[in-house]
Amino acid sequence: MSDPRKIPAPQPNVENQRFFDAAAQGKLLIGQCDACGQPHYYPRATCPFCFGATTWVESGGKGEIYSLSTMRRGAGAPYTLAYVTLDEGPAVLTNIATDDHDSLAIGQRVSVRFTPTEGGPPVPMFAPEGE
Amino acid sequence: MTIRNKAYIAGAFEHPTRLAPDKSTPQLHAECAAGALADAGLSLKDVDGYFCAGDAPGFGGMSMIDYMGLKVRHTDSTETGGSSYILHVSHAAQAIAAGHCSVALITLAGRPRSEPFGRFPGGAPEAPFEGWVGSTTHNSYGMCAARHMHEYGTTSEQLAWIKVAASTHAQYNEHAMLRDVVTVDDVLNSPMISDPLHRLDCCVVSDGGGALLVVAPEVAKSLKRPLVAVRGAGEAVKGPRGGMNLDLTTSAAAVSGPAAFAEAGCTPADMKYASIYDSFTITVLIQLEDLGFCKKGEGGRFVAEGNLISGTGKLPFNTDGGGLCNNHPTNRGGITKVIEAVRQLRGEAHPAVQVPNCDLAVATGIGGSLGVRHGAATLVLERQ
Repeated sequence: MSDPRKIPAPQPNVENQRFFDAAAQGKLLIGQCDACGQPHYYPRATCPFCFGATTWVESGGKGEIYSLSTMRRGAGAPYTLAYVTLDEGPAVLTNIATDDHDSLAIGQRVSVRFTPTEGGPPVPMFAPEGE
Repeated sequence: MTIRNKAYIAGAFEHPTRLAPDKSTPQLHAECAAGALADAGLSLKDVDGYFCAGDAPGFGGMSMIDYMGLKVRHTDSTETGGSSYILHVSHAAQAIAAGHCSVALITLAGRPRSEPFGRFPGGAPEAPFEGWVGSTTHNSYGMCAARHMHEYGTTSEQLAWIKVAASTHAQYNEHAMLRDVVTVDDVLNSPMISDPLHRLDCCVVSDGGGALLVVAPEVAKSLKRPLVAVRGAGEAVKGPRGGMNLDLTTSAAAVSGPAAFAEAGCTPADMKYASIYDSFTITVLIQLEDLGFCKKGEGGRFVAEGNLISGTGKLPFNTDGGGLCNNHPTNRGGITKVIEAVRQLRGEAHPAVQVPNCDLAVATGIGGSLGVRHGAATLVLERQ
């Protein structure tokens, strides 16, 4: 394996600072609409389906890979970009943390693994269940 | 109000450079503008509308309008990535139909080979959540391809046929970056960039640019060029929108395409030629399905066995070699799609790839990142 990819620090704003505060506590927050009840990710102040106000709730942090692509070239390769569909419904654009990228597949079960960044709060990657 | 027959593309110019370390980006924009004006037989003082997107240096259109010495009464800098310039033709036609301008200039230029640039415009609401994931165009489009393969059984061999067709056309284009005809095996044996996309599934990186002139009917009819009418247009933007019911195998072209055909009063089967934005092979396949050239999931079979090759295939596409082989100036391929469609409709494509009696063509594009957020624009053009 080449050098692990350096993960740049996210730059939260006043709207989403609490997401990263929760991440530092090991909690993955998703948005839930107070009006229509639908969950969504990334969380935001207004619902992307009905424009209602939202409450941010903790996800169980488990789901399955919707799609993925493993970057084979350039700095930090290999690393895997993926959408993970959480059991609550929303898909999360993320990375799959693993040493065995070739064994990953669509439909595979994964769970959240918070990963340190370069001088910032941790970010929610996912790892195959059991790893 | 419809734009049908309210505007014509009177000038089209593709800059011949593919590497321009000795020229500034504003200079390339101006050279493209001059080329399109010469093509149409118009002068800079005729221009009363200006359109550009995020590749134009400065703040919206203001810097380039001042740099080139334009006097305009209408400007628009709508940004949908590489599809912007297809959309600008539609917006220019709307402005002309409303009487807000009569000669609209659209320019694109940039130097990503000479001067690489980054991603993520400041302040985007998704940036804190996605800025760290290492998303590039390669792996974003790679996820779309992986999902398409998973759902529909599409294969790398089928995707490779798209590159084979583009390379078959590019051999005749003296300006094309890649002129060697390649085989399916060449594509499959090229290095994996981001699964399942190989190097030869990816477009070129080129410096350069292009320009278009969209004009009012009375202006078009006063010129000595063939009449290429804007017959219909559509546009759309799509993103993961909260991540619910994510669908990476359908693009915003599923909205922009049918809208363009409806306004034009015709169907995909009526098209003699198609310019289809080919940032990657998968981009072409998904747009073919979304525009209705075949059903969703059948794109792999549609493109296989040379069916996109001019003269032998059922749908000649990207006869200049497209982004896959010819040119992808400043990482934005929309304008070259319109330019080659105009060449085909005028009968000015290379004789080896010219479609006989080409009177109806479609130009369609995806800008931004297909796997994350993207814009789509579609134009139906007619030779009159």
